Amino acid sequence: MDVAQFLHEFWIARGAIWDGFQMTVAISALSIFFGTLLGLFVGLALVYAWLPVRFVVRIYVDFIRGTPVFVLVLASFYILSVIGIQLTAFQAGILAITAFCSTHVGEMVRGALAAIPRGQSEAAMAIGLTFRQTFQSVLMPQALRQILPTWVNAATEMVKASTLLSVIGVAELLLATQQVISRNFLSLEFYFLAGFIYFLIDFSIERLGRFVEKKLAYC
Amino acid sequence: MMSEPLLFIENLHKSFGKLEVLKGVDLTMNASDVVSIIGSSGSGKTTMLRCVNLLEEFHEGRILIDGEEIGYTLKNGKRQRLPKAQIARHRALTGMVFQTFNLFPHLTALKNVTLGLIKVRKMKKDEAAEVARHWLSRVGLLDRQDHYPGQLSGGQQQRVAIARAIAMNPKLMLFDEVTSALDPELVNEVLNVIKDLASDGMTMLIVTHEMRFAFDVSTKVIFMNEGRIGEQGPPAELFNNPKSKRLAEFIQNSTF
Ligand SMILES: Nc1ncnc2c1ncn2[C@@H]1O[C@H](COP(=O)(O)OP(=O)(O)O)[C@@H](O)[C@H]1O
Ligand SMILES: [Mg+2]
Repeated sequence: MDVAQFLHEFWIARGAIWDGFQMTVAISALSIFFGTLLGLFVGLALVYAWLPVRFVVRIYVDFIRGTPVFVLVLASFYILSVIGIQLTAFQAGILAITAFCSTHVGEMVRGALAAIPRGQSEAAMAIGLTFRQTFQSVLMPQALRQILPTWVNAATEMVKASTLLSVIGVAELLLATQQVISRNFLSLEFYFLAGFIYFLIDFSIERLGRFVEKKLAYC
Repeated sequence: MMSEPLLFIENLHKSFGKLEVLKGVDLTMNASDVVSIIGSSGSGKTTMLRCVNLLEEFHEGRILIDGEEIGYTLKNGKRQRLPKAQIARHRALTGMVFQTFNLFPHLTALKNVTLGLIKVRKMKKDEAAEVARHWLSRVGLLDRQDHYPGQLSGGQQQRVAIARAIAMNPKLMLFDEVTSALDPELVNEVLNVIKDLASDGMTMLIVTHEMRFAFDVSTKVIFMNEGRIGEQGPPAELFNNPKSKRLAEFIQNSTF
């Protein structure tokens, strides 16, 4: 590997790589944010909703989880336009990953709530807390702490999944890298660079998760 | 004039599916009474306490606390469970202490106690903390107020649970085998706290296997047998002169 040449080409491509990086961060952050928000409701519905609603949400979760993310991305871009919903590639991609994220978070929340011993809500209700108060002050705080490590893991998965948006033409880091390589042919070097940047993003998320986990630790 | 009984239970029936667990229980308690419930496992002691705390629904009978019927009402001649907000208010009339403590693990000892004061009694944070510290000090745990349940021994956790319940200023305290999950050397610190409350005049309904304790603390002892009150009376009478063979056997097999 010619270091001088790589640095030279990197300097030329820095803008494109930076744009790709920003796009990847934007896709990941938006998908994780909306996916988590939606996932909380999905999880709640799976535990507390009226049976027919629970059933519908269960089908949503199993359907999305049973579909490869790649297919979800293609479907939200190509199939939605057939039924008259026009989304940009960026929007369609976010939609797909958000859906994917929401089912994972939903399952986590469901599992965490189910794992809280019955005695917790009974003790809360015994001192006169309503269900809503019990949920807010006793159940949800415990569930959120419980899912944090798995959630961090899922968040890093979403970053990886964002690479799939390259196939519908979103210029995220992977596509940006491929475009750079098509100009300078330094495929090994630039794929390695992209890999390293993905690692940095996921590593930062994990660090942040650890930090929050420590802050919230009890006993 | 006689005042209202503090707790009045009339013809309480409770089934789980086909299994009838309470088969018509009647009980009257006056203020400052300490009633202990003894009886073999499965006789319905826990279920009875849970009905009084409205953690279980019951199919027949009435429970009145200080003259007010809890949990149910008659609407057009039909018995109906009250709306949730009412149920929550009625639950706060009694304080329940569980066998398994059930402290909130994500909250400190102090916050375990202040939660209900703030959310249910609508106290300001400072006021709630003051009340909580008073009760934590009464159970001998003021110096542990910032500890999480996981950092406390079983006996300490149970004492916090007692403080959490009594800080709500309930009219009646319910204890369900609160020392059964404790190592033997931690039992007394908890029983002493309860005795201390008894001498304050707190009205208490106590399910226990600690016969010595029941003998010492109670104004009345109840022997539950297969979903009914088998026998009841002052502790000396019940323990020394059991009328039924079942109670005699039960006492014989218990350790004092
Ligand atoms: N949630 C429940 N569902 C079904 N059966 C129950 C439930 N809770 C208690 N029981 C049954 O009711 C009976 C009385 O239980 P319990 O009140 O816990 O007795 P005790 O506290 O005297 O040991 C037992 O046979 C028990 O198996
Ligand atoms: Mg029991």
